[in-house]
Amino acid sequence: MNILVCISHVPDTTSKINFVMDNTLFKSKGVQYIINPNDEFGLTRAIWFKEKHGATVHVIHVGTAAADPTLRKCLAIGADKAYRIDTPAHDGNHVAHELAAFLKTNSHDLIIAGRESIDYNGGMVPGILAGILNMPFIPNCVGLEIDGNTATGEREIDGGREKLKGTLPMVIGGQKGLVEESDLKIPNMRGIMQARQKPFEVIPSSNAMALTKEVSFEKPAPKAAVKLVPADDIDQLIELLHKEANVI
Amino acid sequence: MSVLVIIETEKNKLKRNAAEVASYGVGLAADLKTSCSAIAFHSDNADSLGQFGISKVAVVSNVPMHFDANTYADTIAQHVQQIKATHLIVSSSADAKFLAPLLAAKLNAAYVPNVVALPSATNPLTVKRTAFTNKAFANTTIEGSCSIIGVGNNTFGAIENPVSCDVQSVVYNPSTSLLEQVSIEKETGKATIADADVVVSGGRGLKGPENWHLIEELAEVLDAATACSKPVSDMGWRSHDEHVGQTGKPVSTNLYIAIGISGAIQHLAGVNASKVKVVINSDPEAPFFKAADYGVVGDAFEVVPELIKKLKAFKALG
Repeated sequence: MNILVCISHVPDTTSKINFVMDNTLFKSKGVQYIINPNDEFGLTRAIWFKEKHGATVHVIHVGTAAADPTLRKCLAIGADKAYRIDTPAHDGNHVAHELAAFLKTNSHDLIIAGRESIDYNGGMVPGILAGILNMPFIPNCVGLEIDGNTATGEREIDGGREKLKGTLPMVIGGQKGLVEESDLKIPNMRGIMQARQKPFEVIPSSNAMALTKEVSFEKPAPKAAVKLVPADDIDQLIELLHKEANVI
Repeated sequence: MSVLVIIETEKNKLKRNAAEVASYGVGLAADLKTSCSAIAFHSDNADSLGQFGISKVAVVSNVPMHFDANTYADTIAQHVQQIKATHLIVSSSADAKFLAPLLAAKLNAAYVPNVVALPSATNPLTVKRTAFTNKAFANTTIEGSCSIIGVGNNTFGAIENPVSCDVQSVVYNPSTSLLEQVSIEKETGKATIADADVVVSGGRGLKGPENWHLIEELAEVLDAATACSKPVSDMGWRSHDEHVGQTGKPVSTNLYIAIGISGAIQHLAGVNASKVKVVINSDPEAPFFKAADYGVVGDAFEVVPELIKKLKAFKALG
């Protein structure tokens, strides 16, 4: 089984979010970048399939060389090969079409992308990709088993879970639950050394189109100071929530 | 050109979020000086959309009873071509976020999720949406002839605008499903994090899963959904389904009550879109107080029972 894990390279979850160039560009200076957490859960599950069932795990990223250290980390924790499609990523539609063009000539049995990236939160790449390739798609996936040519996955729905079954090739939108937080791998020295020898291929863009553009960013308005209510005056809290905030 | 609102149903009834997406669609159509209609699956009360300004609804019944993303997307795509719709409106539910990208691929449409307001400009169409997990907004322009706008939960609200509503049954021939539903587990009769007006959430400050009756009782009084912080789900005190925050579920509710949650930046990102936040924590230095609207510095084991008692009395008064 060949697994392709789509990797997004995002600011660390604790990053301060600021913008430059008249609020048109994210300020990446001084920001630590990581594997998108939702993608990392998927990658870890893919490596589990490698260790248990001998699957081959490839990772792919659409973007510039700035993400190369992130892809090397994927190799260091167990992926066999990395690809980077060499173009700045413009939007989810663009990324999905670039990935689809790659998959048309490099078929894989299972394609795992994160539920959404934690930067632009589009949440559309795996779904658009599945739509273009007419493959079954399980989003918000919190459990995945493969048996021969059949995949069974559970997706989170509002207020519960739905178990779905389909035939490979399939696209998965991964998230926490696919593996546990404690299953995530930290690269060790051996992995880091091996990663240097693993194949890393930079491939040209297929010139896919973006359909949206972020023209400017804004930060939420600063918050007024919290109104503290004494612990022995809960009536006051109820009064405020009822009359001032109008929420109960 | 026209606006098409995609309405979700459950057990043949419109879901709560129908009012908000319908109101957004009607507002957008007014801005674009065009018409607005809706499509729903297996609905027997679609005419009630008239309350929110929708004058025409197409109802589809020849599709699986359960939400099947591929057949539903294919049906909608055929309807879009039939009525020449150009702007599609969807909610932010789990099903809508499943459906919209498939539909975007079929229609080669631009999909913009988590939109918080009507467009600030119509040429090119420019919408404001959340980004960086609620730490910022992005003003996004939409290219191309077809777009799908995902309305953030509880961002636009429902706007009453009664008109008479014509419901027509329509039949398309969608492609067959690519997935088989093996099972579905869903809590019924309980508010979910996605659609509740109030969410009550507990953190490590509650000391153990045996104390969760406090969260559940408070949630019951407020008809609220229950949630928890990441450490609580990591330690297995509560199931993953309840984890809210950057890597868990997003919360955008009217009232979010955080009990014993210190307010790590990742947690705040996930819940920031909620309108009113109340924090109960024994540590006055907890970072959550800086992000909250109302706070109580006190012991949850004393404050919460008192709050439950007082709220019951308040509710009893009506």
